[in-house]
Amino acid sequence: MSESSPTTGQGFSLRRGIEKVIDFTEPAVVGLIHLCGWSAIIFVMAIFFFVFKESLPAITGLEEGAVHGEVEQLDLVEFTTSPKWIPESAKKPTFGILALMVGTLSVTILSMVIAVPLGLGAAVYVSEFAKGKPREILKVLIELLAAIPSVVWGFIGLVVLNPMLVDMTGEPVGLNILNAGIVLALMSVPIIVSVSEDALRAVPDSFREAGIALGANRWEMVYKVLFPAAKNGLLAAVLLGIGRGIGETMAVLMCTGHSVMMPTSIFDPVRTLTATIAAELGEAVRGDMHYHTLFLIGVVLFVFAFIINLTADLIVKGIKVQGNE
Amino acid sequence: MSTVAPQLVTSEFTPPEASHVEDYSIRTNDLSLWYGDFQALMDVSVNIKKGIITGLIGPSGCGKTTLLRCFNRINERYGNVTTTGDIEILDKNIYDEDVSVRQLRRSVGMVFQRPNPLPISIYDNVLFGMGIHDAFKSLPKSERNDIVENALREVDLWNTVKDRLKSRATTLTLEQQQKLCIARLLPLKPDIILMDEPCSALDAEGIEKVENLIESLRDEYTVVIVTHNMAQARRATDECIFMLLGEIIEHTKTSEMFLNPQHEKTEMYIQGRYG
Repeated sequence: MSESSPTTGQGFSLRRGIEKVIDFTEPAVVGLIHLCGWSAIIFVMAIFFFVFKESLPAITGLEEGAVHGEVEQLDLVEFTTSPKWIPESAKKPTFGILALMVGTLSVTILSMVIAVPLGLGAAVYVSEFAKGKPREILKVLIELLAAIPSVVWGFIGLVVLNPMLVDMTGEPVGLNILNAGIVLALMSVPIIVSVSEDALRAVPDSFREAGIALGANRWEMVYKVLFPAAKNGLLAAVLLGIGRGIGETMAVLMCTGHSVMMPTSIFDPVRTLTATIAAELGEAVRGDMHYHTLFLIGVVLFVFAFIINLTADLIVKGIKVQGNE
Repeated sequence: MSTVAPQLVTSEFTPPEASHVEDYSIRTNDLSLWYGDFQALMDVSVNIKKGIITGLIGPSGCGKTTLLRCFNRINERYGNVTTTGDIEILDKNIYDEDVSVRQLRRSVGMVFQRPNPLPISIYDNVLFGMGIHDAFKSLPKSERNDIVENALREVDLWNTVKDRLKSRATTLTLEQQQKLCIARLLPLKPDIILMDEPCSALDAEGIEKVENLIESLRDEYTVVIVTHNMAQARRATDECIFMLLGEIIEHTKTSEMFLNPQHEKTEMYIQGRYG
């Protein structure tokens, strides 16, 4: 006992031997952790750089592969305002992504209209009303829902939802905004539920007691106390859901009908930005205008994602600033 | 009330004068309460007088907070609570079928250990209870402003916050937050205010101010206050109830309890030799 515990000064120098090894390994571990942290940023920057670089020739113009020998250049006005996406036309290829943007937005918006109430409702139920076993089972099931691959969701939309929509709406084909919106909603719900459930459970119990002690029933407590208190987290949940919707590819490729057109109702088929890249990049001639334009669509998606995240940040920060004044 | 003459009181509390029913705000009769299998209150029979400040003291786990939380039935939010016996508040058994918990909680306000203003503006905090109980949207804005001003004046907060009523309540100091938590009860015109260690999160200065505020509530409201702080019980209460292991040991005037405790356990506790 007296040997191991440094009751005499000798003990200090015994420990020192081991600490020398630690002194040596410590900077290595710290360095490794720093590297892990920075690598995330480096990878994102690298991806952004690559996508941007590949899209650049479309804007600056490219000489090889030009049809009539003159420099071929993408008309940016046409790119953003034309609903015509005819990249493989032999006569005159047209690269207009308006219809694709409208397709992405309409599917995403419809999916959020369905998913946000459903997801928030489920989160409120799981965090405030369900107890014990049912609660645990429900949580596991919701997590399981998040683990279903998107191609399986697409399959469900194609094989199950498609005939159902044909029966119910009387449309000739059930692959449309509604179909993709429903499938995308079901895919976003698990994210919205788990993030907003965390946000609700992070609300201190003392807030709930304050509401209840003032006479609120459980529902009033939820929407008058919990929602304001968990506002930021709930907003983050919704924005993550939107991000999921805009970025989703395989399921929307299978469920939207994948036809380029400006929709006039939710029963119209559309095509999304992501699905266009997925379906066409493999066939586009590397280095020609079509190829570079598909990367430019990637940049557009980047910009969408950036705007969403920035809005989220600003809203969250705005709330904080208001709170601190 | 003001006479301090020692007077023999049996440990089984009986009201000093057999007086009118309406002199009591809260009467419990053989109240027992279980959390699952654990019995937290044992046949508690206590009469709490109207318009005075009654302290609930006792060591941790003696059931004083549980008893307090029975009076507005907030205990029931934990599903595994069983209660037997009666609690009469303002001469109505609150466990009767026809009792509206919402109305009960309107008459019986509660202040918590940690100040818990809601994360909305100061103004909205004061009106929160009104929003739940009244169709207060029909009230003109000027009347609402008056309600807020009166409530904040009553807790001596108006001059400090009148210029920032719209800022978030959670930006106030803890002392101000606790005052706000009292202020938001007042628009509902409660009869009874329950306080669960309302000063334990505050510094000495805050404690003094909140205690002064509690004193000013006497007469208009019946105040029941749970406290761990013997000095506070002595300073701020008119009557004291000493509890131990879910039972009432002694209930008497505060001055008598601290000068001349009738029960050995009470004496040991208030002298700091126990608990």
